[in-house]
Amino acid sequence: MTKIKVGSIAHSRSGDKGAGSNVGVIAYDKKSYEILDKTLTPEAVKKHFSKICFGSVEKYCVPNLLALNFILNDSLGGGGSASLKTDAQGKTHGQAILLMEIEIEIDE
Amino acid sequence: MKTKVRIANGQGFWGDSIDAPVNLVKYGKIDYLTLDYLAEVTMSIMQKLKMRNPEMGYASDFIDLIEKILPECVEKNIKIIANAGGVNPMACLNKIIETAKKLGLKGIKFAVVEGDDILNSLDGLMEKGCEFKNMDTNEAIIKIRNKVLSANAYIGAEPIVEALRMGASVIVTGRSTDTALTMAPMIYEFNWSLKDYDKLASGTIAGHIIECGAQCTGGNFTKWQEVPDLANVGYPIIEAYADGSFIVTKPEDSGGLVSIDTVSEQLLYEMGNPESYITPDVVAHFTTIHLEEESKNRVKVTGIKGSPETPTLKVSINYLNGYKAIGQLTISGPDALAKAKLCAEIVWKRLEKIGITFTEENKLVEYLGVNTCHEGIGNAPGEITEVVLRIGAKDKDKSKVDRFGKEIAPLVTSGPPGVTGFAGGRPKATEIVEYWPALMPRELITTKVTIREV
Repeated sequence: MTKIKVGSIAHSRSGDKGAGSNVGVIAYDKKSYEILDKTLTPEAVKKHFSKICFGSVEKYCVPNLLALNFILNDSLGGGGSASLKTDAQGKTHGQAILLMEIEIEIDE
Repeated sequence: MKTKVRIANGQGFWGDSIDAPVNLVKYGKIDYLTLDYLAEVTMSIMQKLKMRNPEMGYASDFIDLIEKILPECVEKNIKIIANAGGVNPMACLNKIIETAKKLGLKGIKFAVVEGDDILNSLDGLMEKGCEFKNMDTNEAIIKIRNKVLSANAYIGAEPIVEALRMGASVIVTGRSTDTALTMAPMIYEFNWSLKDYDKLASGTIAGHIIECGAQCTGGNFTKWQEVPDLANVGYPIIEAYADGSFIVTKPEDSGGLVSIDTVSEQLLYEMGNPESYITPDVVAHFTTIHLEEESKNRVKVTGIKGSPETPTLKVSINYLNGYKAIGQLTISGPDALAKAKLCAEIVWKRLEKIGITFTEENKLVEYLGVNTCHEGIGNAPGEITEVVLRIGAKDKDKSKVDRFGKEIAPLVTSGPPGVTGFAGGRPKATEIVEYWPALMPRELITTKVTIREV
């Protein structure tokens, strides 16, 4: 097993969804998509964002785009104009998931 | 019937680039220019402007833009479709007609689409049984009824198509969906049936790709190092075909990048369930999209499937929910972070001494450069010699929030050393406008198209 950063095999984009954010993770190839699908469980993503996301994490697969979509509920400090946070729209959450470390088999 | 139609988007939100739409008209070889001015909160800002002056309540930038581009659009036969009307589309229309007359233009048909604004009929609709329950929290609207600032149903492409059929070359709408602006010209030019859900889903996804302007042409892209000349970024153009397939591209000789990666990122932007992207026109399935790079800066999109529209329309309600204020100080020198933490502590203690407290969730302290965006993620910086303290509070009571705003400046002289950067005066309490998404039966909304000729 070895540790790699999500950002080494995927790119991302995020935005707001009410009081939560969406984080789209797009793998650079099919094999990376399979690795990400296996390792990026809602629990693992929730743990990575533990000081940001205070609600549940939902996961959706978009295999035709080699992409996974995560909804991070309650992650914006209220959302919209109710939030006091600098990133009230979750625009930086996509960059944050690229910093996440995942464990992969060496031969992967 | 045209074999292809080129539809551009020159505005992703109210506040986006002033020059982008001008460049699209000049260099884009386009048939249609769409402009998306509306975000959820924008409607309430416009409603407040209208309350102060009944002639306002629309995107005023649009009037200046029309003055710049209308003569060239007329000459090149480029039609303009914009949801710039906000909460006062008729006032917006009157203003652009005035502008067209000033420019000496003649023989142009302008259209306005109305019917989305339900602020004044909210009580009547509630009597008819509309519950307007909050889609996220399931709460009843009665809780916020007397604080509602704006209420608009999202409307689809149909009334815009109607305006095009009536010969309009400039169309102003209120809360039309972003995607309808792009799709309406396809329905009109290719004579698509409103029951041809695969084609409507294609048009919708084309709209979704370009609705945020440069976000699909290299802006906000993970591999930013690979994007050439962002300073001169080209805004997006959809080259649409009658079979529903389309190409995402940008003007020749512009900066930026259109690739499978830049388009994929924008497809994922603000996505919920990819199986059902619900609009007033159709339910689009993002899981059916096929992307391929046709040539440099041209991505071909095919294979999209859709399902019939839902019986409801989404309603965007905004309401007043208290006040907030946020201030900043820059703290420098040895132990900058520890001193910034002391500053924040002092603010709350001094307020407490005069009997003003805020609940934990109504307070915010951020140390810009340390933990602002990615708290708990990545490595915290080691010894830093400057940091920006960003401190905010919110409450239902405006006077408490204003009093908080007065407690930041004194720290420059009565806090730890090295505190500066108190620019812009004391932060004042500003209104918090919250979003209340709801659903209503679509048959209760009637849209109306009015044509005026100059």
